[in-house]
Formats: sequence, structure tokens, C-alpha cells
Amino acid sequence: MVEMTGAKSLIHALEKEGVDVVFGLPGGANLPIYDALVGANLRHILVRHEQSAAHMADGYARIKRKSGVCFATSGPGATNIVTGLATAHADSIPMVAVTGQVPLAMIGKDAFQETDIIGISNPCTKYAFQPRVAGEIPEVVKKAFYISESGRPGPVLIDIPKDVQQATADMHFPDLIKVRGYNPATDADMSEVGRAVELLLKAERPIIMAGGGVILSGAFAELQSLAELMMIPVVTTFKGKGAFPENHPLAMGPIGMHGHPEANKIIIEADCILAVGARFSDRSVGRFDEFGKGMNIIHMDIDPAEIGKNKSVDVAIVGDVKSSLRTLVKMLSKKIVKREADNPWLKRRKEIIQYYQESLKDYPRDVTAKKSLKKLREILPANGIVTTEVGQCQMWASLHFDVISPGTFFSSTGLGTMGFGFPASIGAKAARPQVPVVDIAGDGSFNMTENSLAVSVLEKLPVIVFLMNNYMLGMVAQWQRTFYNRRYSGVHQHQCPDYVKIAEAYGAQGIRTQSMEELEKAIKTAIKSDVATVIDIPIDPDEDVYPFVAPGTGLKDMITGA
Amino acid sequence: MSENGDWYIVSAIVENKPGVLFRITNLFRARNFNIESITVGITEQPDLSRMTITTKSDERIVEQLVKQLRKLIDVVEVRVLDTDKSVFRELALIKMKAVDPTTRSEIMNYASVFRGNIIDIGKETMTVEITGTPDKIDAFKNLVEQYGITQLARTGVSALPRGVD
Repeated sequence: MVEMTGAKSLIHALEKEGVDVVFGLPGGANLPIYDALVGANLRHILVRHEQSAAHMADGYARIKRKSGVCFATSGPGATNIVTGLATAHADSIPMVAVTGQVPLAMIGKDAFQETDIIGISNPCTKYAFQPRVAGEIPEVVKKAFYISESGRPGPVLIDIPKDVQQATADMHFPDLIKVRGYNPATDADMSEVGRAVELLLKAERPIIMAGGGVILSGAFAELQSLAELMMIPVVTTFKGKGAFPENHPLAMGPIGMHGHPEANKIIIEADCILAVGARFSDRSVGRFDEFGKGMNIIHMDIDPAEIGKNKSVDVAIVGDVKSSLRTLVKMLSKKIVKREADNPWLKRRKEIIQYYQESLKDYPRDVTAKKSLKKLREILPANGIVTTEVGQCQMWASLHFDVISPGTFFSSTGLGTMGFGFPASIGAKAARPQVPVVDIAGDGSFNMTENSLAVSVLEKLPVIVFLMNNYMLGMVAQWQRTFYNRRYSGVHQHQCPDYVKIAEAYGAQGIRTQSMEELEKAIKTAIKSDVATVIDIPIDPDEDVYPFVAPGTGLKDMITGA
Repeated sequence: MSENGDWYIVSAIVENKPGVLFRITNLFRARNFNIESITVGITEQPDLSRMTITTKSDERIVEQLVKQLRKLIDVVEVRVLDTDKSVFRELALIKMKAVDPTTRSEIMNYASVFRGNIIDIGKETMTVEITGTPDKIDAFKNLVEQYGITQLARTGVSALPRGVD
């Protein structure tokens, strides 16, 4: 037992959790926490908007694979992080957000900068705490990290009234904690694994569909050994992009609305789907009723509630996918040495790939999104981290940027949060400063959080904004072109702002490129730069993202071009 | 969710602390689960509450409802009760117009057949307390509707599994 204030106990508890970076912004209701930060053994990164603090914590968490932490004050500070919480919640990212709250006696009185953040954040957090006495704080922090990181990860909020931060108590810092009513699943049911083995051995056209769960549990090696043992082609969901090296001979890339055409094609021809850490989202599978019809579906997931939520399945293996995959591989290895590569299914796979390579036409310009992203891949080292903004840029990244080293790519895939990529890339850089970090961006999305340039420059976290700039809300424009007979509404950005000048105004580096040669040079310069670089790459505003599975249709209805 | 479907009684043991009911009802709203009634009260352990939820639904949806409830940190235990192997009761207070003596005596007779109690008599009204399965309460309600029900309060179903469990 040691006596200290609630605020001090919070900082101490964070240090004990091994937190080394906190992203945040102070205000009236979290002043005691900021006071306790002085001299603390953790780095505070001051943001310019609380939404970005949450996205930075998110990017940090995705790379470190442990909870990112952000701070905000009460009222508007707290509501500003809600988008970040919802983003993390949709993608199952561990995060601990700490908000200040008005003093206990003021709660419910509509006080200045009071907001019911517990109520507001309820649907987009895994749990939320509001400690009522200072002495509760150490245990609350311990529980928050445990809940946020175990089972299916997610964001947890701790809302601390100002007087609770200021009050003094004898603090006990527990090393272990139990939460009654919370028992995240761990071990797979062996009989279900046995049934999966049978189905996989009997399947003639098996396919693996790897989701974000593979990345969250770091099951890269297990996934690869399964694929190689059984010679099963691997598609991913968009969230699972990079769960499997995209230059691997069995890789087919992401399925879905803007999935790789060969991936969308092969999965509908399969007779057995092994979905690993995936949730059959509408964005990935198109129509729930059509997807997987007549096929055997094996579903591995850590969250029992995902089984049967969108799709009824034949075999369900609930548990951490890393250990489930390991068990599955072990059981399969007893029955088979290695499936032959020379079989009709893999031949068909080759045919499909070849068909799309020959039939898809490139957009006829000197500089296109596709060429730019291929160039980026050529130059960026395999261990470089790539994230994206949201919109066309994101879907082009999905289509044309191959992830080689598993776990080096992430994006706001569930919520689709514009403005996510740039702050998240700064968070990723804080987590792994030694590798280059790139935000594949579009102008509309980068606009939303571009003031994080200040953070990147001042905190010496140089990231690269790879800005494919059509001065358009391009994805919306594409939909208006396709579904609204080119009636453009609210999509033009009118050559504003000048991104080179924006970068320079913050002390970052801005480079505008007009050719592939200039782009190549700019990427090389940016990788070596010790300040953030915005590469402004003008592209044609009429360049669309293809292929495209229109909403409400099935993967078989994929449109491959205009 | 369809009007049709079977009755399900879901019984949950939850933490007895502020905000728990909000989390559960918010989940029902956000996930589009349609519930008929919900009752909450403390159990033999003062730090735990029992929540009884009734819903007219199908098996797949109820399975999702149970799984989503289990995900909530404050929910300790959830199960779907087998209606044949559990006891369940609801309480209703029914106030109706009753001025003339014939009506009053009829109501008293009906109440006694249904093992209800007259708990209040005013100049123009009578209030009956009746306990039983929702069906029984519906039957009584239909019977006395002719007199003009002026106010009605139902608690929703509370339930426990039978025997040693």
C-alpha cells in the first residue's frame, strides 16, 4: 500500500502495464492527470485533435499488438475520441482511452464540458469504467488492459471524475485480476477440429479465407504451414490483407467489394471454405444468402458470437486462431505428408489468374494509381509499414499494393474512417521507429486529420504521406458516375489546398511529382528523410477502382471495368 | 423480427451495479432484438441480479441474443429456459370500471376463480391483482375487458428452472 492521488495512481498503473507512449490532449477535467505526467516514465505525444489521439493509439496497437493508450478531457475532448473508439471497435483493436470527467457532484447537472461519455461510447467500446473513488483506479486500469487485450480485443474507456483524480488513497496495485462474467474462450473443441480435418481432406477445391483474426493473433506461420501442407490457395478479407504474404505462390489476395478479381472468382468455385478469424462481413462476401452456397464452411474464430451471426457454418472452432491452426496442422500432418501441387484445382487457380492478367486493361495515363502503388512496392523495403486513408486510395491499395511481410499492413476496414490513416501511421511509427511507415492517402481523407503534420514534425516521427491526389471525394464521385448518371454532388475539392505548401507550413517536406521518374525519386527521398514527407501525386479524377462488386450483389456479379 | 415465432424465456445472472440494465437494453436496441418483457431483481447473492427476458423469436435469433449477452462483461451467466422444466410467473394489476353491484360481484367471482385478489375498491373502480403465466393473465384480461379496463400494469415474466439445477 502506498498513498498517492488518483491521477498519480493512473500514471503508475500505466507504467506497470508497460505503456511507453500515450497520445493525448489536456483540458480542464484532466489537468490532474497531466500534472501527474510531469516526470513520469512514459512519453506523452501531444496531438492537435483528440480523434487523432485515438487513431494514433490504434496504429500503435496494431503494430505493437498491445493496447494503445490515449487521453482526452471531458465533454468535447471525450466526444472527439468517439470516432477513434468506434474505428478500433469495428476492427477489434486493443485500446485504453482515459477521459477526464466533471467532479462527481457535478455529474448529471449539465455542467460545463460535461458529457455522458459512458453512455455515448457504449456501443463502440468493449467496456467502460467510471471509478468513483481514487482507490479503485489501479484495479480499474488492470482490468481495462486485461479486457482490452484478451479474447477478441477492443477499446476500453476509463472515465475519471476530476475530484477522483485529485483525491488521495492508499493504493494497491494488483498483479493479477479476475473479472467475473468474462471468460474469453481459449482452447478449440477437439471434436470440431476433427470434423474440420475430415472436410479438408475430402475437399477437392478447398480455399482458405484469412481474416483480421490471423493478424491479431499473429498466426502467420501457422497459416502458412497449413496452406503449404494442404496446398490450399489463400484469399483474405480486406482486414486480413497481409495475413499471408501476397507474393506467395498460393496467395490470391483479398476478396470483396474491391477484392482481387481472381480471389472473388476462385472462392465461388471452391467446395470447402476454411474461414480463419473472419466474420463474413457484407463488404467481404457480398450477399450472405449467396455466399458459400453448397460449400462446406469451417469457421475458426475467438468470438463465439461470430459463429452463425452472418452465415450458418458446418464446423465451428471457437478459440484463439493461432492455437486452433496449430492443432489443425498437427492433426492433418498425421494423415497427410503434403498434398500434391499438381492437381486440377491448382491448375484452375493458374487459369483464373492468367485470365484476369490478360483481360484487365490499365487506365491509359502516364501516372495512375496502379502504377504509383506498384512503384511504391518496388522501392519500399518488405518490412516497411503501410496504412491507408479511406476511399479510392484504400481500395487501390488493396488491389495494387502487395504486402510481403505479414502484419505490415492495416487500414480502417470495418468502420471505414476517413482521416484514420495519417494519425495511425504516426502511431505505427512510434511503435516501430526503425522502419519506414507510409500512409497511402487520397486528398479527401488526408484533409480530415492533416494537422497531425505538426505532431509528426515536432515528435520526430517522420512518416510518408503517399497522396494520390485527384482533388475529389473520389469514391463518392465514382459511385455518382456509376449509379447516379454522372450527376456530381458535393465531391469537388477545387484544387485546394496546395499540399506542398501545407507540408512546408508545418516544417515537413512537400514534393509534387508529375511523372513516374519523379515519383521514384520522391519515394527514395522520403524514405531517407528525417521529417515527414507529403508526396503529392496528381492523378486523373476519372480513374475508377475496378473490379467492383456493387452493394447488394454477389461476388459472381463482379464488374471488371467501365 | 416477425410477429410470429416461438416464445423464449432467457434467464441471465448479471452484476448488480449501475449501468448494467442500460448496457443490456442498449445491446437489444443496437442489434435489433425485439423483446417482449424484461424483469430485474436481486438474487440470493446481493451483488448479483437475475434478469428474465421474454421474446417471441426463432432459434437462430435467440442463439445470437444469448451469445451477444454472454459477451457483455457484466453478464455472468445466460441460458434459455426450457419452458417445460421451469416455473414462470407474471404479476398484473388491472383496474376496471365497476359501479353497479352486479358488475362488482361478477368481477369478484372471476378474480376468485383466477386466484386473484381485489386489492382496491373505489367509488367507480376495482383493482385486481393476478399472478400466473402470461396466458392466464391474458385470459383474465380478455374476460374483464367487457367492463372497461381503465389502467393496466404488468411486471413481465420472472422465471426459475425447476428442482435441483
